[in-house]
Amino acid sequence: MDFLTIVQISDTAVRFAIPLLFACLAGLFSERAGIFDIGLEGKMLAAAFFSAAVAALTANVWIGLLAGIAASMTLSIIHGLASITFRGNQLISGVAINFLAAGLTVLVAQDWFSQGGRTPSLSDFGPGARFNGITLPFAESAGDGTFGVIYRELISGHSILVYVGLLTVPLTWWILFRTRFGLRLRAVGENPAAVDTAGISVIALRYVAVAIAGILCGLAGAYLATGLQAGFVKDMSSGRGFIALAALIFAKWRPWYALWACLLFGFLQALSLRPDAVEAMVQVRVPGQLLDALPYILTVVILAGFVGKAIPPRAGGEPYVKER
Amino acid sequence: MDVMPKWADALLIPLISILIAFILSAGVIIAIGEDPLAALRTMVTGALGSSYGWGYTLYYTTNFIFTGLAVAVAFHARMFNIGGEGQAMLGGLGVALVCLYVPWPHWIVALPFALLGGALFGAAWAAIPAYLQAKRGSHIVITTIMFNFIAAALLTYMLVEVLKPAGAMDPATVKFPEGTHLPTFQDMFSFGEKPVFRGAPANVTFFIALLACLGVWLLIWRTRLGYEIRAYGHSEPAGRYAGISPTKIIMVAMLISGALAGMMAINTTMGEAERLVLNSVEGAGFIGIAVALMGRSHPFGVLLAALLFGFLYQGGAELSLWTNVPRELIVVIQALVILFTGALDNMVRMPLERIFLAFRRSKSEESA
Repeated sequence: MDFLTIVQISDTAVRFAIPLLFACLAGLFSERAGIFDIGLEGKMLAAAFFSAAVAALTANVWIGLLAGIAASMTLSIIHGLASITFRGNQLISGVAINFLAAGLTVLVAQDWFSQGGRTPSLSDFGPGARFNGITLPFAESAGDGTFGVIYRELISGHSILVYVGLLTVPLTWWILFRTRFGLRLRAVGENPAAVDTAGISVIALRYVAVAIAGILCGLAGAYLATGLQAGFVKDMSSGRGFIALAALIFAKWRPWYALWACLLFGFLQALSLRPDAVEAMVQVRVPGQLLDALPYILTVVILAGFVGKAIPPRAGGEPYVKER
Repeated sequence: MDVMPKWADALLIPLISILIAFILSAGVIIAIGEDPLAALRTMVTGALGSSYGWGYTLYYTTNFIFTGLAVAVAFHARMFNIGGEGQAMLGGLGVALVCLYVPWPHWIVALPFALLGGALFGAAWAAIPAYLQAKRGSHIVITTIMFNFIAAALLTYMLVEVLKPAGAMDPATVKFPEGTHLPTFQDMFSFGEKPVFRGAPANVTFFIALLACLGVWLLIWRTRLGYEIRAYGHSEPAGRYAGISPTKIIMVAMLISGALAGMMAINTTMGEAERLVLNSVEGAGFIGIAVALMGRSHPFGVLLAALLFGFLYQGGAELSLWTNVPRELIVVIQALVILFTGALDNMVRMPLERIFLAFRRSKSEESA
């Protein structure tokens, strides 16, 4: 396998890692505040549909992005109502949200576009209807040296959301570990009673965390449908929300580790597109189905704790009751 | 203190929750420009208006009884098994292997072994997540979801590379031999001149599903093991203190759960398709979650909820045939039922408790 192939696979890996990264960071905010969120998948799917649909209707991807975030936020609020206000089971609420998104997106897509549950291809609506690649300065004249190829093929040429996603990692780190809000957020996931005693509203903090998760899932879905691909197809999130959760556990609920975990999963997904390269690497014919299943298998291996023990936030999944 | 009488807890709350879910579903139908009452009429005629419609409704009901029971048994041990879909897929593989590789003389002989095959494969697929939960603390929700994806990949591999007859295009096994064909309702109930249930897939598996309901009820409420499962589910520390091994309960509950999901494949693979196809489960594993939540994890409740969802499923199919409403409407209804009977339970319960409390107070004042 030559150098250029490796760089190209890495480039695909970065593209695939970005939706995982957004969703993973969404889960990070939510779970650090003590709210389990297995509805990442559904929120991503809803955002993917509404961003693509509105981008197709307005020919403006930015309005589409806002619509995607709004859709994801709506589901976040439902999750917040169920798990914070009404102290319901957070897992069941997440499952419901996933199905709600899976059903509603197809239903609305059929109603709006009548194309069997998909949106029309965004490439038919002019260049403004999707996020296109940005060529970074000097990328064309970077030359053919090792660094030049990496810069041109791997670092340059992604859409704006990829760079936003990568910047969200240090931003998340800074918010969580260097601001007062971040300290309180982490505390509310470990010991909500202590936060309450200090006179800070547990309910409000958790709602803010869930809302941030909504925004980030909105970005994830919008990137999926308007950056990575040009339009929405049924069930296009295909388990990414769950892989993001596994990445979150692998990363032990830390932002920088989350980036590496998501890149790893993105790499595995990229490999399944290049069975020829895999074959050249391991010298045996690997069935395509095994390559497809690889991210899921790795998720199970990680969850089994074979790669270090992960300790979740202590108050995760438990609704907070003020008086007992 | 119990604020509410038992009947309110067992019947009133689920009924109100389902009512809210259905009202919202009607809202969705209005929002996509259809008439909900006309839609309901289409669904009722299509699913319950003829013996043919009933044949489909009961066929789907059979699936949902199995998957609903699977989720319910796991719920009793406070395990959330979302892997019914994958377990049923693997169950289909087990059933297919039994039916294809043994020359069965008659279906009565084949059926118990096929049941065993489906149950074993389903249980095996549930065993790994269960073991990881019990021994390594890996969250069962995420591992079972992952196993759904892995099951789909495995099944595709088996059908495309191993079981597909040479030269065939679609990924499916050959037709099962004659000796494994289960009698359908048409074979069983057409006594007169005119055949009933003509062409509908409901078959003898329906009665096995009813027996499974009875079996689960006996297991959960009439055996020592069932008592241990419930005790552990109510309070893990208390169960541990009473000498109940968490590992054993998690494993046993999940194995039974997986076996029940796997047995569903008898209905779809041996009863209906008479060969193994790629998408034989069709989301029934997930509908089992809604069925179990709605049925309050009680076998009788599961039976009723499965009937309702069987009706919705067949009605939804008819609806997508005659109108512009896609089949995904059933997924939305399923989501709303899960949301309101599962997660937003307190939204109905809290105000209701307040009403009952006020009612009781005014009563005691009167008597005072």
